[in-house]
Amino acid sequence: MTIDLKTVKHISKLARISLEEKKAEKLANDMNSIFEFIEKLNELKTENVEPLTSIAETTLRFREDKITSDNIREKILKNSPEKNEDFFVVPKVVE
Amino acid sequence: MTDITSLSLFELIKNIKEKKISSNEVAKSFIDRSEKSKKLNAYVTENFENCLKLSKDFDNKPNFDLKLPGIPIAVKDLFCTNEVRTTAGSNILNNFVPSYESTVTQNIWNEGGILLGKLNCDEFAMGSSNETSFFGNVQNPIAKDLVPGGSSGGSSSALAANLTPVTIGTDTGGSIRQPASFTGTVGLKPTYGSCSRYGIVAFASSLDQAGPMSKDVKDSSILLEVISSFDEKDSTSIDFKRNNYSSDLTKNIKGIKIGIPKEYRVDGMPGEIESLWKKGIEYAKDCGAEIIDISLPHTSYALPTYYIVAPAEASSNLARYDGVKYGLRSSGESLIDMYEKTRSEGFGEEVKRRIMIGTYVLSSGYYDAYYLKAQKVRQLIKQDFDQAYNKVDAILTPSTPSSAFKIGEKSNDPVSMYLNDIFTVPVNLAGLPGISIPAGTDKNNYPLGLQIIGKPFDEQTVLNIAYSMEEKINYKNNITDWWME
Amino acid sequence: MDGIMSKNNSEYLIERNDNVYEVVIGLEVHAQVTSNSKLFSSSSTKFGAEPNTQVSLVDAAFPGMLPVINEYCVKQAIKTGIGLKAKINNKSVFDRKNYFYADLPQGYQISQYKYPIVGEGNVILDMPEGQKQVGIERLHLEQDAGKSIHDVDPSNTLVDLNRSGVALMEIVSKPDLRSPDEVNAYIKKLRSIMRYLGTCDGNMQEGSLRADVNVSVRIKGSTDLGTRCEIKNVNSIKFMQMAIIYEANRQVDLLEEGEEIDQETRLFDTKKNETRSMRSKEDAHDYRYFPDPDLLPLEITDKFIDQLKSEIPELPDEKKKRFIDEFKISPYEATILVSDIETAKYFEEVVAKMGKNRDMKLAVNWITGELFAVLNNKNIEIAQSPISAKNLAKLINLIKNGTISGKIAKTIFELMLDGDIDPQIIVEEKGLKQQSDPKALEALIDKIINDNREKAIEYKQGKEKLFGFFVGQAMKASGGKANPKLINEILKKKL
Repeated sequence: MTIDLKTVKHISKLARISLEEKKAEKLANDMNSIFEFIEKLNELKTENVEPLTSIAETTLRFREDKITSDNIREKILKNSPEKNEDFFVVPKVVE
Repeated sequence: MTDITSLSLFELIKNIKEKKISSNEVAKSFIDRSEKSKKLNAYVTENFENCLKLSKDFDNKPNFDLKLPGIPIAVKDLFCTNEVRTTAGSNILNNFVPSYESTVTQNIWNEGGILLGKLNCDEFAMGSSNETSFFGNVQNPIAKDLVPGGSSGGSSSALAANLTPVTIGTDTGGSIRQPASFTGTVGLKPTYGSCSRYGIVAFASSLDQAGPMSKDVKDSSILLEVISSFDEKDSTSIDFKRNNYSSDLTKNIKGIKIGIPKEYRVDGMPGEIESLWKKGIEYAKDCGAEIIDISLPHTSYALPTYYIVAPAEASSNLARYDGVKYGLRSSGESLIDMYEKTRSEGFGEEVKRRIMIGTYVLSSGYYDAYYLKAQKVRQLIKQDFDQAYNKVDAILTPSTPSSAFKIGEKSNDPVSMYLNDIFTVPVNLAGLPGISIPAGTDKNNYPLGLQIIGKPFDEQTVLNIAYSMEEKINYKNNITDWWME
Repeated sequence: MDGIMSKNNSEYLIERNDNVYEVVIGLEVHAQVTSNSKLFSSSSTKFGAEPNTQVSLVDAAFPGMLPVINEYCVKQAIKTGIGLKAKINNKSVFDRKNYFYADLPQGYQISQYKYPIVGEGNVILDMPEGQKQVGIERLHLEQDAGKSIHDVDPSNTLVDLNRSGVALMEIVSKPDLRSPDEVNAYIKKLRSIMRYLGTCDGNMQEGSLRADVNVSVRIKGSTDLGTRCEIKNVNSIKFMQMAIIYEANRQVDLLEEGEEIDQETRLFDTKKNETRSMRSKEDAHDYRYFPDPDLLPLEITDKFIDQLKSEIPELPDEKKKRFIDEFKISPYEATILVSDIETAKYFEEVVAKMGKNRDMKLAVNWITGELFAVLNNKNIEIAQSPISAKNLAKLINLIKNGTISGKIAKTIFELMLDGDIDPQIIVEEKGLKQQSDPKALEALIDKIINDNREKAIEYKQGKEKLFGFFVGQAMKASGGKANPKLINEILKKKL
């Protein structure tokens, strides 16, 4: 199986990473060599194997329904590259 | 008295407790040596001034009951540190200053440790040579232009060069053990769920685990005791009875059964790795261990599995770096344009490559063929270990298939770079504890490590075996301070 | 002729060129879980706070922050599942739904995809033509997103993350609904059940209940499903109904012109009253769902479920049945009384306070008549009723035992509104007690007959409708206080 340029561009759209044409080609090559190596898994029959989703052999632990987080707006907004006093600010979105 | 920076953590603590040296003297020594070692590029952010101040505070009001009384410690720049810049080695977090502290580092400060600085690492811990860091390559103190391993390359370099008495790294596929192996130091990846992931910049959530890196096994046991804790803020943290790893440490491993997995004898493995392993087996026997041949049949599938699981999780974990809440933002005409430019400029090539792989394997039509398949194979890999542990208490393997390589040697060939992790990755996939200890050198006199893999939550046995073998191996790094010339 | 035909009250059919179409509707209702703190973080869920003041490091997706699940939200979801007579799954899994948006700080929403916490169930609708069962496909827990504000700053979008991470239940119906009226009944029933359970306040103005509406059309009688369109995020029943009508007609028009319907996501423009294709979706969504590695599978024991079952209150359907059986009221009356838990509570309190000699008919009429009218006028909920159940019960008892007439009762009711005054006190203070002394009434009637001799003769000669005149005169003379029953009796005797 080969990953073509069109696929690479589609994936970069999904991942929200802009790609120059030249880099896209290199990436397609890299991805192909990586997937060639990944295809090794096809040697294994796994129909009856239960997928392992978490290695921690325990169940989900519950938290109590308590409010312990204060208003930390200043801290939340402090690192934002663009904000005003109250909000994060992003380029205008048209729906 | 010998140079303070060459002392082990254990010796430093002892000296401080006996009031032979002060915390401030210790801090000064490490800072002084760090200042002279900029060529190594081990630090991303220095915290020297603050460290000196805090060490004075400690000396003024010492508490010798603490486990790390006034000990300065530099940490991998993947741990979020309150009010100290945290970059994860990435341009996208270049200016990020957290207002919170990771649980693991908080545990260290609670026991008297003092932050010395933030250490370089591969960008978002994705790499095996520290070459993917936005902040540049790190030199291995063993020899010029040699990689220190990765992703905890700043940590291994700083440790081997005596810029910090101990350090902590994170290990997703070998990022503690491989750099330890490359620098002649000790690195332990604990069982998944031992150390809280809270406040650690995530790479692959089901694999990431923080762990100690130190000059000897005893120091790792001291540090593990501090950082391993149950944490309610991490849903994957496990509440198990933790040992007093340092006081429970023993060299008596008589009768312990150590497995030798035949599948780790891989094609093209250098003869010196093979002979190192053989020597290791002899050392283990000398220590009183019983050697048993075992099989881990799915070993060769671990790396392909890892390169599906880790990028998939990473592609999602790194979606939050979008230029909105923190970090870099590139200007764009629209929201989407802003996202695409920010992420293109903010992430380096390797990170982008892995995000692309991860996005691809999760995308519609490919999920079953790749991600689901990988999760099933991961199950088989785990079962291999479960079965082996019916027969043995621990497993002995080489840490890496080669010694440290030159900077630039593998950076253009991702697959050959990935092969570096061939012996360490299965351990992460199965969530097991594993330690790398220095065990010898190759023909260039570069260090080589052996890996001891334990049962889940049985860090003590891993440490005990390592402690016992360490004495027999009696490895000493030969570091010339070449970078100071 | 083109148009909408209707066979009975709630059926909705579209007729075009001899073709009769029916509309097939499925709803994905997003109901905000009633809880103090968010699904995976400990910040407040309170509505109406200053922007970004209820945002934790987890909600804003800071590096290294991890989700920890709120037990109460899990319980709320299970209770709702029990209320929907649904299967509760012992094991469910949280997945990440990956997409980029300004108000989605993590770059993914934590939701449940393959393995939801609640499986199939059903809801009974009371339609004018009878009951209808609507299938529930599933219910799952997920995080809400933040809020993007597009209309404050002319050149930017502002982001408020207060809602980010609030727990939602997504309740997915089967495509069993066939008309805007059924959608209305379905939403109201769901809301009613959740309010009984206390799992969602159902407040649509505050966005606690919103729905994605899936609409398709097909020739009536066909069993195949047509291509559906999903109308996103509609936040009132009225808009849902308008959107469905617009969308169904749009689809029928397309089909009649021989065109195909694109399966797509659409928005309902409330100003133009039309649906339109969402522009922002420049490339097809591929959410790349996968199990969230920060969370383990959610495992729930039967014991845990049984405990919650034991905490489930009587729900509307059961309550209705009991009201009919126990209070002998009509199914129609019972439906009205149980639709809102507060109304049902009020009614039951009135019944209890009426005591042994209770009169159900009076109670139902006074609540659904006079009281509802007042609440409607004042635009308030029954929980804020200006007249307490206790005092309304007293008023009804005063009527029942003949102390006052129904007419006087209405006067007293008006007076009670001003501070929930005890009707007994009003009766005494204003001297409104009914005259039931036969001797006094006889005297009063004798005088009326005397004053109206001619009419009395006409009556005797057969002009029977004059009886009402005499009753009216008697009531008037007594200031409305005369016992009407006695008046009747005496008049019949005397005339």
